Amino acid sequence: MSTSTRGTGTSGTGTSGTGTHGTGTYAPAPGAAPLARMIAAQTAFETKLLLRNGEQLLLTVIIPSLLLVLFSTVDIIDTGADRAVDFLAPGVLALAVMSTAFTGQAIATGFERRYGVLKRLAVSPLPRWGLMTAKSLSVLVTEVLQIVLLTVIAFGLGWSPEGSPFAVLPLLVLGTAAFSGLGLLMAGTLRAEATLAAANLVFLLLLVGGGVIVPLDEFPDAARSVLGLLPISALSDGLREVLQHGAALPWGDLGILAVWAALGLGAAGAFFRWE
Amino acid sequence: MYSDFPGDRLPESGSAAGRTSGEPVVEVRGLVKRYGAKTAVDGLDVTVGAGTVTAVLGPNGAGKTTTVEICEGYRKPDAGTVRVLGLDPVADAARLRPRIGVMLQSGGVYSGARADEMLRHMARLHARPLDVDALIERLGLGSCGRTTYRRLSGGQQQRLALALAVVGRPELVFLDEPTAGLDPQARRSTWDLVRELRSDGVGVVLTTHFMDEAEELADDVVIIDAGRVIAQGSPEELCRGGAENTLRFTGRPGLDLGSLLKALPDGTTADELSSGVYRITGGVDPQLLATVASWCAQHGVMADGISVERHTLEDVFLELTGKELRS
Repeated sequence: MSTSTRGTGTSGTGTSGTGTHGTGTYAPAPGAAPLARMIAAQTAFETKLLLRNGEQLLLTVIIPSLLLVLFSTVDIIDTGADRAVDFLAPGVLALAVMSTAFTGQAIATGFERRYGVLKRLAVSPLPRWGLMTAKSLSVLVTEVLQIVLLTVIAFGLGWSPEGSPFAVLPLLVLGTAAFSGLGLLMAGTLRAEATLAAANLVFLLLLVGGGVIVPLDEFPDAARSVLGLLPISALSDGLREVLQHGAALPWGDLGILAVWAALGLGAAGAFFRWE
Repeated sequence: MYSDFPGDRLPESGSAAGRTSGEPVVEVRGLVKRYGAKTAVDGLDVTVGAGTVTAVLGPNGAGKTTTVEICEGYRKPDAGTVRVLGLDPVADAARLRPRIGVMLQSGGVYSGARADEMLRHMARLHARPLDVDALIERLGLGSCGRTTYRRLSGGQQQRLALALAVVGRPELVFLDEPTAGLDPQARRSTWDLVRELRSDGVGVVLTTHFMDEAEELADDVVIIDAGRVIAQGSPEELCRGGAENTLRFTGRPGLDLGSLLKALPDGTTADELSSGVYRITGGVDPQLLATVASWCAQHGVMADGISVERHTLEDVFLELTGKELRS
């Protein structure tokens, strides 16, 4: 590269060589923060934004809480249980997982992609897998908050759960993985507006047809065998097996969730577009 | 953990001078990038020296953004080699990313985040970030208050994007149209920041559509058209080399221009545009101006209205890239 020579023109205003003196404020001192700190910061930031977002709260907190209270106290659906809340609480916990891991994550990530947030973060020191780890942790933190809230409400409604928390945990983890894969697949392939519409529609359909508040027994046999393979049905049924009927580990439901998780995360990994 | 900076060797403010003679910070050789049948970048070579401000100019679709984004590691070249700070932007991405700052043309911020939150967050991803409050003050982002990104003005969004590019104290920043949509005050303030970056030893590569911006800021200008570099040099070099300058004056009609030309350097031309209006084209410099004035004095000519028309970067740009509108 040639060194610039002063021009002879009178209007030349090039600054090469003019006397702006550095203050040292911007003197380079690059470097990534420690990985754990970056992931913690990313998790905290995304969780904060999510908890501040009204639409997200409607989806993840208000709708599940309202459904739990409404259908537990008003006798609308024959749940087959002595107390409706014993049937409804596991279903609403499954719904909470879906609302955060699938619907909320799909919509948020879809708009992050649309607004270039993913693109900008891709050139930050945070590696991609670090970003995805932070997203998963943010989903898990939100789910913990949801579960605490819904459990308190359910106890208030007279819920008496059976089973072991250690049987609940693998269901929640596999369910989260399955819904995250599907949500990220949608966010990474569709336009943000399409993701917004589709994620809400799927949420609504699975709420009705996934054994959350309406027992699958209410559906015709043919429909029931298909609906039973949905991730939401497997999660709500599995949680019910443990929490309502005291089962040890519902392997069938865990198997269905594992297949969905593998398919969803695999497809998201293969087809996700960052821009 | 990706740091290439030993903690005990934090650079001092005076380190800038030492870097200017170092290795090039960007070296692109024979870069080719195709999108389907369209060739966006077609055998492009460019070198960016350390500690300089380099402006990349070109019509829309010339391949500016594609080239810059390949340097940032967003895309793989179809052919050619790219080295940024000596690293391959794709293969060495993890080592390169902490060392560069990127300002995207638009977006890049969570729509529900406030300006200060986003900046603080980006600072947390770096080992030794700038003082966020000082940077907010410096770029006039304090007035954004509790407004979330989607409700900020275009100018505020631009300034936030610039702040995000520099907060990690990078060695090299890529600014994609940093002053698009800014009012004149904000534009000046951005220019000042770019100058401060350079004097502190930060390399700056910026794309722009504003010729005055390139003339004001750039040590080097790279003009790209149809995926190739068609001119590179300092603004002065380009203005001198790309087009000849013109000197005009009026005097009495019918001067002996042959005699005048003998006194002037070879390659200079002179003609009488209309009665008593003269034009001299060639390498117009102070020496030529003095020669013309003394020739007039010797010949008893009262030269009037002497004016020098210096070609601007915009003239050079339009001459090189054509004047027709691009789609």
